[in-house]
Amino acid sequence: MASLRDIKNRITSTKKTSQITKAMEMVSSSKWNRGVNNAKAFVPYMEKMQEVTASIAMGSQDVNHPMLKSRPVKKTGYLVITSDRGLAGAFNSNVIRQVYQTIKKRHKSNDEFAIIAIGRVGRDFFAKQGMNVVLEITGVADQPSFTEIKDITSSTVGMFEDGTFDELFVYYSHYVSAISQEVTEKKLLPLTNIEVPSKPTSYEFEPNAEQILEVLLPQYAESLIFGSLLDSKASEHAARMNAMKNATDNANELIKSLSLSYNRARQAAITQEITEIVGGAAALE
Amino acid sequence: MNTMKVNVVTPDGPVYESDVEMVSTKAQTGELGIMPGHIPMVAPLQIGAVRLKKGGNTEFVAVSGGFLEVRPDTVTVLAQTAEKSDNIDVERAMRAKERAEQRLREKQQENVDFRRAELALQRAINRISIAQGKL
Repeated sequence: MASLRDIKNRITSTKKTSQITKAMEMVSSSKWNRGVNNAKAFVPYMEKMQEVTASIAMGSQDVNHPMLKSRPVKKTGYLVITSDRGLAGAFNSNVIRQVYQTIKKRHKSNDEFAIIAIGRVGRDFFAKQGMNVVLEITGVADQPSFTEIKDITSSTVGMFEDGTFDELFVYYSHYVSAISQEVTEKKLLPLTNIEVPSKPTSYEFEPNAEQILEVLLPQYAESLIFGSLLDSKASEHAARMNAMKNATDNANELIKSLSLSYNRARQAAITQEITEIVGGAAALE
Repeated sequence: MNTMKVNVVTPDGPVYESDVEMVSTKAQTGELGIMPGHIPMVAPLQIGAVRLKKGGNTEFVAVSGGFLEVRPDTVTVLAQTAEKSDNIDVERAMRAKERAEQRLREKQQENVDFRRAELALQRAINRISIAQGKL
C-alpha cells in the first residue's frame, strides 16, 4: 500500500491539474460564446451572397464562367481546417482521419491531390505523412476577421483558377451544438450546386452579368471558405470546452477516491500505533 | 418622403441598418443614385463611400469594393469590409497609407504586389477622407 506521503502528493498534483483544466474550460467557454456569435454574424452576409449569386448564375442561362464549369479532374484539392492547438478531444483527429481515409481511397499517387492545411495540427500530420501540402496557414486567430484570412481564401481560389487543382473539397468540423460536432465534407469548387432560392429575383445588371460574375464568384467562394472556418472555430472551442470539462470531472473523481485511501491509510497508521502502545504497556506489566 | 431599408453587411457582421431616402455610391461603371422603387439591380462597387440621405442629413459608410443589390424596397450592400464614418480607425488607416506608399516607392517588379499596395492605398485614403468628412 502506498505511503501516506505518496497519496498526499498525488492529491496535491491532481488538484493542480484540475485547477488548470477548470481554467481552460472557462477560457474555452468564453471563446466558444464569441465563436458562435461570429458564426451568427456571418449568416446574413452569406445568405445575401448566396441569393445574389444563385439568381445571377442560375437565372441567366447564357452565363459562362470557369468557376461554374466542371472540368476533367486531374488533381483534387483538399482544404483541411483543424486547430493550432490540441487538448480538444477528438476534434482534430476526427477531421484528419476522414481526410486521410478519403484520400487513400480516391487517389493512388501523391500527384493526384493537393492539400491546403489551415491549422498546425493538420499541417504537421500531412507533412509527416509526406503528402503534398501546397499551402499552409497556422496561427489563425480565435476570432478571425475576414481581412485577416483574405490572403488564404484568395490564394486558394486563385489556385483553382490557375489550374493547380480542378476541384476543391473542404473538410471541417461542423458545429451542431455545444456537445456535438460533426465532420463535414463540402465541394467548394467548381460551384455546381448553388442552392436556388425559392423565388429568384430577376435583376438588371450593371454593366452586365459576365462582369459581375467575374467579381462575385471569387468573393462567393471566399465567403464559403470563411464560413467554414468560423464554423470550425466554434466547434473547436466547444470541443475543447467539453474535453476540459471531462478532464476536470475526472480529476475530481480521482481526488475523491484518493482522499478516501488517504484517510484509510491514516486511520490504519493510527490503529497500528495504538496497538503497539497497548502491546508495549501489556509487556511491561 | 418615401424611404427604403438599407443594409450594409460584411462577413464580420452587419454594419448599418436603417431606413433612408436615397443611397448614392460609386459603382464600377460610375456614380449611382438610388431612390425607393428602383428596379432590381446588381452592381459591383468601387472602393469609396456609400452616402445615405436621411431626413436632411447624410451618413457615410466606407466600403472597400463589394456589391450593391437593389430591390424596390430594400438596398443591400455586400462588402468585404465596411465602416460607418464614426467607427473608422483613422490612425490605423494612416499607418496603412504610409505602408502602402512605402511599398509603392520601392516599386518591386512583382506585378501583384504593386496592385495590392495600390488597392491598400486607395482603401486607406478612402477611410481617412470619409472619417475627416472631406467629401
